[in-house]
Amino acid sequence: MSDQGFVRTEMIPPRPPPVSQSSLTGWLKENLFYSVPSSVATLLTLVLFAWGVVSVLHWLVVPTWSAQSINECRSIVAELGRGISQSGACWGVIRDRGIQLMFGFYPAAGYWRPVLAFVLLLPALAPVLFAEKLPKRLRWFSLVYPFLMPWLLWGGSIWIPVGIMSGLVAGYLAYRITLGLNSLLCLAISSAVTLAWWVLVVPVLDELLTSLAPIALDPVPSRMFGGFMLSLTIGVVAIASSLPIGILLALGRKSDLILIKSLCVGFIEFIRGVPLITLLFVASTLLNIFLPPGTEFDIIMRVIIMATLFASAYMAEVIRGGLAALPRGQYEAASALGLSYWQAQRLVIMPQALKISIPGIVSVFISMFKDTTLVSIIGLLDPLGLTTSIRANQEWAGIVWELYGFIAILFFIVTYSMSRYSLYLERKLHREH
Amino acid sequence: MTISRPDAEQKDIGSRLRVSQQVAIEVIGMNKWFDNFHVLRDIDLTVYRGERIVICGPSGSGKSTLIRCMNRLEEHQQGSIIVDGTELTSNLKDISKVRSEIGMVFQSFNLFPHLTVMENLTLCPIWVRRMPQHEAEEVAMHFLEKVRIPEQANKYPGQLSGGQQQRVAIARSLCMKPRIMLFDEPTSALDPEMIKEVLDTMIELAEEGMTMLCVTHEMGFARQVANRIIFMDEGQIIEQNEPNEFFHNPRSDRTRQFLGQILGR
Repeated sequence: MSDQGFVRTEMIPPRPPPVSQSSLTGWLKENLFYSVPSSVATLLTLVLFAWGVVSVLHWLVVPTWSAQSINECRSIVAELGRGISQSGACWGVIRDRGIQLMFGFYPAAGYWRPVLAFVLLLPALAPVLFAEKLPKRLRWFSLVYPFLMPWLLWGGSIWIPVGIMSGLVAGYLAYRITLGLNSLLCLAISSAVTLAWWVLVVPVLDELLTSLAPIALDPVPSRMFGGFMLSLTIGVVAIASSLPIGILLALGRKSDLILIKSLCVGFIEFIRGVPLITLLFVASTLLNIFLPPGTEFDIIMRVIIMATLFASAYMAEVIRGGLAALPRGQYEAASALGLSYWQAQRLVIMPQALKISIPGIVSVFISMFKDTTLVSIIGLLDPLGLTTSIRANQEWAGIVWELYGFIAILFFIVTYSMSRYSLYLERKLHREH
Repeated sequence: MTISRPDAEQKDIGSRLRVSQQVAIEVIGMNKWFDNFHVLRDIDLTVYRGERIVICGPSGSGKSTLIRCMNRLEEHQQGSIIVDGTELTSNLKDISKVRSEIGMVFQSFNLFPHLTVMENLTLCPIWVRRMPQHEAEEVAMHFLEKVRIPEQANKYPGQLSGGQQQRVAIARSLCMKPRIMLFDEPTSALDPEMIKEVLDTMIELAEEGMTMLCVTHEMGFARQVANRIIFMDEGQIIEQNEPNEFFHNPRSDRTRQFLGQILGR
């Protein structure tokens, strides 16, 4: 019977893969020209694609940049003798109104302020986005930026943001001092210190320091804000604050404490069940009814708060999905090793849950940013709000593609960068398992 | 003929087999329910320092739940559990004190996949013990050498084999310098080829005098290492004895039946 057995005496050496796997011609033949119909389909698609590109270029490339009105554009295109189609973009509108689409009615002398604010956003974000590649000292700038940005945009005395910042520092110090006490009491004391500082100390501090060193920018009222700058302001603040609030809501929803849990569930379900437009209308009109008469509550601030609440409700659900995907063993190992609840969340749970949720989080970011255009409905002059008035103008009546195309490209640049960054982040955080 | 009360005998056996006078864990009249299901019933158990206890029994008998109660991964509803003089109640400070003294090794390793092996080992010494980073890394390296995988320090858990992951998990617990180690079926998720490397590590640990409670089906390990074997069924301690007696002269029918199944006699 032993002759029926088999013993391999030599191992089979590895061989190179077939040509179709390794060379370009092999790949083409395998995928695009593997039969007569497939070759015909490939060629037809190429012709269609080329025709599409040529016609779009034909429309795009027209010397209408200096045109003063849509009629001038039309005559320039007609002079080119383009025959039947007679089509061509009217770029004059972008030359004429491009700046307005970017800044709204912001005073022209202050254009550098929003520009600087958003340029500085990059170094402020960099330590957060590319943490390990940059020196840790840059993080200080990220902390200061949230106070610097509103000052640059809205202007006023520098001592007010400084005072608000110092209030937070005072609150933190109070927290450190009372840390030994009950943790809830400690939190209450430090918030009280911060509030008291803001209400009592900041006005005095502002007056005092302004008399010593009057550093101030011309104040710009919110109604002059507009254009893409307004979209960016609302989008950036709402996006940046929705992530931490969303994390807290997601944790609250999983909490054992019934009060916290039901508050979080109620908030999330309510906000998700209501259209953003409704919330914006509440912000623009209804809120004034509830506030004491005569109070000035900045409209952009109100919109930002509503947008943040809206985004954070969605964010909470996205993060809850990430939390649910984590095996229970991770929580158990973290607590068995003696990590406290917040330590375990911060060091073990969140890094993994957030990583799982990256695609969802970035989707919320992107849709939030696009939703900023809804503010045009309550009368804020974001780019879409501005198009209405531009198109109502005698000179540019009838222009559609150029304006909306320009705005679309602005939005696309921002949203596409977010999407690319999320892919980079996913690759960077990828661990083999 | 005197009828010895089972719980009296149960308590007595511990003091007869003990290797030291010091009590490490004391479980008194402990009961636990999952909703209406009575998983642990009247558990009395005294673990002395330096003991190596193996807990065996059919699945669903409550062995894992019992050791998970000892560091309060599960909450018990009646009776008391006292670890090193600290009673486990809902007091969070006591719980974290007990947890930092008890190391635990899980069936599914539960390493933190987003951290390297080194970071897995230093995370808790740094955050819980407030150890400076370089010191934590020295300690971690010491224990990685002990489990014989220092060369894997900078890899991620997902790049290691199951046996290596479990040894990292053991080293991770040891980095907290625990006085007691709990093992919850540490080899059940491993390929037969890797079981040995994990068991060898555990044997070494036992030889150093670590107090160990181990839920396992590895009867060879139990025979070689344990000073006491506990057999559980339906949430109760059915029999406990020193290994020789336990294997050759089981007293209850249930134990005999179980041993017959598991040892194939």
